[in-house]
Amino acid sequence: MSALDVRAAAPTGAVRVRRAARAGAGEWLALAFLAFVVLAAVAAGLLAPADPLAIDPANAFDPPSLAQLFGTDESGRSIFARVVHGAGTSLLIGVAATALGLGLGTALGVLAGLGGRFVDFGVNRLLEVLFALPGLLLALFLIVIVGPGTLTTTLAVGLSTAPGYARIVRAQLLTVRAAPYTEAATVLGVGWWRKLRRHILPNTLAPLLALGTLGVGQAIVWASALSYLGLGAVPPSPEWGAMLAAGRTYLSTAWWMSVFPGLFIVLTAVSGTVLGRGFQRRTRSR
Amino acid sequence: MTPGSPRAEPPAAGRAGRLALRALARIGGGVLVLWAVATLTFFALRLIPGDPAQALLGGPGSQASEEALAAVRAEYGLDQPLLAQYLRQLGRLATGDFGSSYALRTEVAPLLLSQLGGTLLLAVLALAAGWVLALLLASWSTRGGRVGERIGSALEVVGAGLPHFWLATVLILVFSVGLGWLPPISTPGPLGLVLPVVTLAVPLAGFLGQVMRESLLDALEAPFALSARARGESEGGVRRRHALRHAALPGVALSGWAFGYLISGAVVVETIFARPGLGRTLLNAVTERDVPVVVGVVLLVALAYILVTVVTDIAARILDPRVPA
Repeated sequence: MSALDVRAAAPTGAVRVRRAARAGAGEWLALAFLAFVVLAAVAAGLLAPADPLAIDPANAFDPPSLAQLFGTDESGRSIFARVVHGAGTSLLIGVAATALGLGLGTALGVLAGLGGRFVDFGVNRLLEVLFALPGLLLALFLIVIVGPGTLTTTLAVGLSTAPGYARIVRAQLLTVRAAPYTEAATVLGVGWWRKLRRHILPNTLAPLLALGTLGVGQAIVWASALSYLGLGAVPPSPEWGAMLAAGRTYLSTAWWMSVFPGLFIVLTAVSGTVLGRGFQRRTRSR
Repeated sequence: MTPGSPRAEPPAAGRAGRLALRALARIGGGVLVLWAVATLTFFALRLIPGDPAQALLGGPGSQASEEALAAVRAEYGLDQPLLAQYLRQLGRLATGDFGSSYALRTEVAPLLLSQLGGTLLLAVLALAAGWVLALLLASWSTRGGRVGERIGSALEVVGAGLPHFWLATVLILVFSVGLGWLPPISTPGPLGLVLPVVTLAVPLAGFLGQVMRESLLDALEAPFALSARARGESEGGVRRRHALRHAALPGVALSGWAFGYLISGAVVVETIFARPGLGRTLLNAVTERDVPVVVGVVLLVALAYILVTVVTDIAARILDPRVPA
């Protein structure tokens, strides 16, 4: 292959950007799945009329069928109903943890970016300390102090994601402050406060929407990991991670108890990533 | 930077010296971080409601006598002022004394050291496997045009979205319950390591692959790649000798993060595969509120994290001559 062929075959930057601006089939699928999860979270009864806590021992361990889409568990409860009714808990934890992490991260990042040299130094050292405690470790430490539960899980996942967001916000803020349009505003005599409000903050915070979308999926994964370990939501409440943990005992006889709740965690995380990356590409190509 | 390009290289010895100085400075900063972590854990643990002496004697249900409580307080220095306790704790940690476990009644430091090897082996193997998978995926998916790119990107996103506990469950279902090829719990020996390593490596490869593919694409469009092609270098040669090095850089920079991710994952994976190690020890300690063990693991992991970041920082500077030493 000659060099010219290669140049023609590889998409140039401009083509890559144009291609990125279109929403692909993957993004539509991701959006559709997330819409289903959100609908399940706000109106679970609509999608799955069966009671997720109703025990029916005669129909325990039914494999997946047309009547029982995802099969039943050891007490004859419908797995489909439990997955649908569990969406609310999982989504709420994911969104609340991400909001907490993003909020705290943004506050720290903006403080470091605007507060001058000494504040920046201090915040950076604090972030270094937090980075030395990997996500789940920080969460487990918090659980030792506060005790297990859904609220602790949310707090822990939010706190452990904050330093990452703080670093991104700080870097973005420094880039925006050095950007030509900010310089132009300074030259034109725009006041400090107005410059901050009209130019610096909007351009710093715009990428956060994409980051948040990416973050919710991962937050759900880590929160359900804590539930799986028995430190978050506890059975019989239909939380996805807790359902998987309950299915562990029956793995060799009733695979559907573990596979379907996990599939929903994966699909939610993947959908969040696909949409978040779509947002990111679009903000970059503008 | 392409090899043999006309650029005045600083004398090698001067660069090596600056790298050593930088490593020393980073290690000094690391000691400060460790001190901060120790301080943070000490004061955070004072927020636990309840009497630590009571916890030492088996929790609120134990109905320990007032004399026994007083004896424990004196033994652990709990009757002294907070500052004295803090300094005493720092002094102990500095000499490698992590105290003794509430639940197991053994010294924490030897306990953790005996568990460290298993977790390190798991993490290193998973890191290596994740790297190889990510590089293979990145170089394959940038070769096959648009379809390859789509497939590669989809595999990476799905891989990164797989929770360890679910991937492990599915792997056990397929390879242990279904096919019967591999043990569902981690037996000693290489066969028992396969499923835990794969469980940790696949999501990691998903994250690393996303970053590596982006930078590989950028490198293949960079001027130095064009000039290498113009010199008549084959496409494979351009990739091997020039582009892959670029693709590896962000991966190296992410190693500190990857280490933390693997330690978090080890808690889950060691529990599922009933494999002895630091993660499982930590989880047991958390459920039993065995504070000295939890603090010990936190400090040990922070120390390891600092070492990893110092090493990768220096490695990135050796790998990329553009970064000043």
